[in-house]
Amino acid sequence: MPVLIAAPAAIGFVFLALPLFALLVRAPWRGLRGVLTGHAPLTALRLSLECATTAAAISVVLGVPLAWVLARVRAPGIGLLRALVLLPLVVPPVVGGVALLEALGRRGVVGRYLDSWFGVTLPFTTSGVIVAETFVAMPFLVISVEGALRAADRDLEEAAATLGASRTTVFRRVTLPLVAPSVAAGAVLCWARALGEFGATITFAGNYPGTTQTMPLAVYNALETDPQSAVALSLVLLAVAVVVLAALRDRWLRTGWNA
Amino acid sequence: MRRAAAAACAVALTVTACSSSKVIAAGGSSSSTSSALGGTITVFAAASLTEAFTSLGHAFETAHPGTHVTFDFGASSALALQINQGATADVFASAAPKNMQQVITAGGATTSSDFATNVMEIAVPPANPAHIASVADLARSGVKVALCQPQVPCGSTAAQVFANARVSVHPVTLEQDVKATLTKVELGEVDAGVVYVTDVRAAGTKVRGVPIAAAVNASTAYPIAALTHTRNSALAQAFVGFVLSAAGRAVLLADGFQAP
Repeated sequence: MPVLIAAPAAIGFVFLALPLFALLVRAPWRGLRGVLTGHAPLTALRLSLECATTAAAISVVLGVPLAWVLARVRAPGIGLLRALVLLPLVVPPVVGGVALLEALGRRGVVGRYLDSWFGVTLPFTTSGVIVAETFVAMPFLVISVEGALRAADRDLEEAAATLGASRTTVFRRVTLPLVAPSVAAGAVLCWARALGEFGATITFAGNYPGTTQTMPLAVYNALETDPQSAVALSLVLLAVAVVVLAALRDRWLRTGWNA
Repeated sequence: MRRAAAAACAVALTVTACSSSKVIAAGGSSSSTSSALGGTITVFAAASLTEAFTSLGHAFETAHPGTHVTFDFGASSALALQINQGATADVFASAAPKNMQQVITAGGATTSSDFATNVMEIAVPPANPAHIASVADLARSGVKVALCQPQVPCGSTAAQVFANARVSVHPVTLEQDVKATLTKVELGEVDAGVVYVTDVRAAGTKVRGVPIAAAVNASTAYPIAALTHTRNSALAQAFVGFVLSAAGRAVLLADGFQAP
């Protein structure tokens, strides 16, 4: 391997791997169980898992049809629609949080009617956390599924149609199974992204143990009060990330293609 | 053309030589007069000091031309953590003695001086939708209250107020610093927030203040110190001295702080 490739590659690897190794080295391994089974970390973990799973479920229910529209519908403006849908991927999460406040906050464009007509306010509730997490994570699923739909073999769908299947049946019995691996991969990615969400959650949903303080927020708070606890909680999130990546393996790199 | 360029170069070199010699003089001398001060310092200050210290910074730079003061405002607990982790700072102004003590214990500072005191006030949106009139109203069910995190000075001082008033308040959110709490009130997302009197004054018409009775109110002392690892000891000490001076005191009192 030429040095011109090996050297930057090595530096790049060390740059990415070093903080993770440092976390493992500095972790309070002896007192780990005590730290992690305390009331506050367990509460944050349970809340994080519940919210991330709900956010991923909502993303699948709304995102798969959205991906189908983006992949299959030929109309002017679809490109613009795709750009808007993918915006939360590029925009800083805290900006997403500010935008959500302006839309769904108590004085928001839509939020004010939610509050006055239905008495529903999203900020400072667990539902608000789920909204924030879905907002930042759904685009992951949409990209993954849209790519798979584009690459899917249309002949199979056409064959089903000529055999008398209705459009819904084709979608349910042919299209969905074809892209199921990408839906699964997208859902896992979406779940992991939702689990790690910080900026939008803390801005839109607030920060209160048990209701809105997810694991990343708990880590941020713990840094000031109990740094050892912060490292321990970080380890948990790190472990989750490793499991997710191992489960996805190289499917993560080939989001558009089915096996 | 060439002569003009050469002249410009000469002027530039002279100016650079003069200013760099001024910096050398400031760094080397231990008894510096105001004309010999130069360089830049970074001041880590509590979020509640944003307006007052920004004014003090400008006044100090005007009094000592050639100096530059930059600020990093945030929760005193977060700033103390950063200083102990090695952040580049020259001066630390905390909203509570506890956070200054954290820095002193870790060796970041040797002594500190108190330069101001602050008391709490309830901030509500201008329309006061929940009709908050006292601390007891904050404990009513259905009232959304924003507080600071308990380890942040404004959070612990608010907790003292509630203990004094013997009420149990359940906030909907615990914010990172007092300005974040104030923002939630300004946005109308909460019905009330417990912040300092100086923050209510600084927010102007964006919030309305509901005073807390003096009998139950709590105060916090603000210490300031030049840090041991400062890169510009003379300038750091000079700024600390300025904050503690009569001129500095006047600015702080005008913003709503009280004497230490």
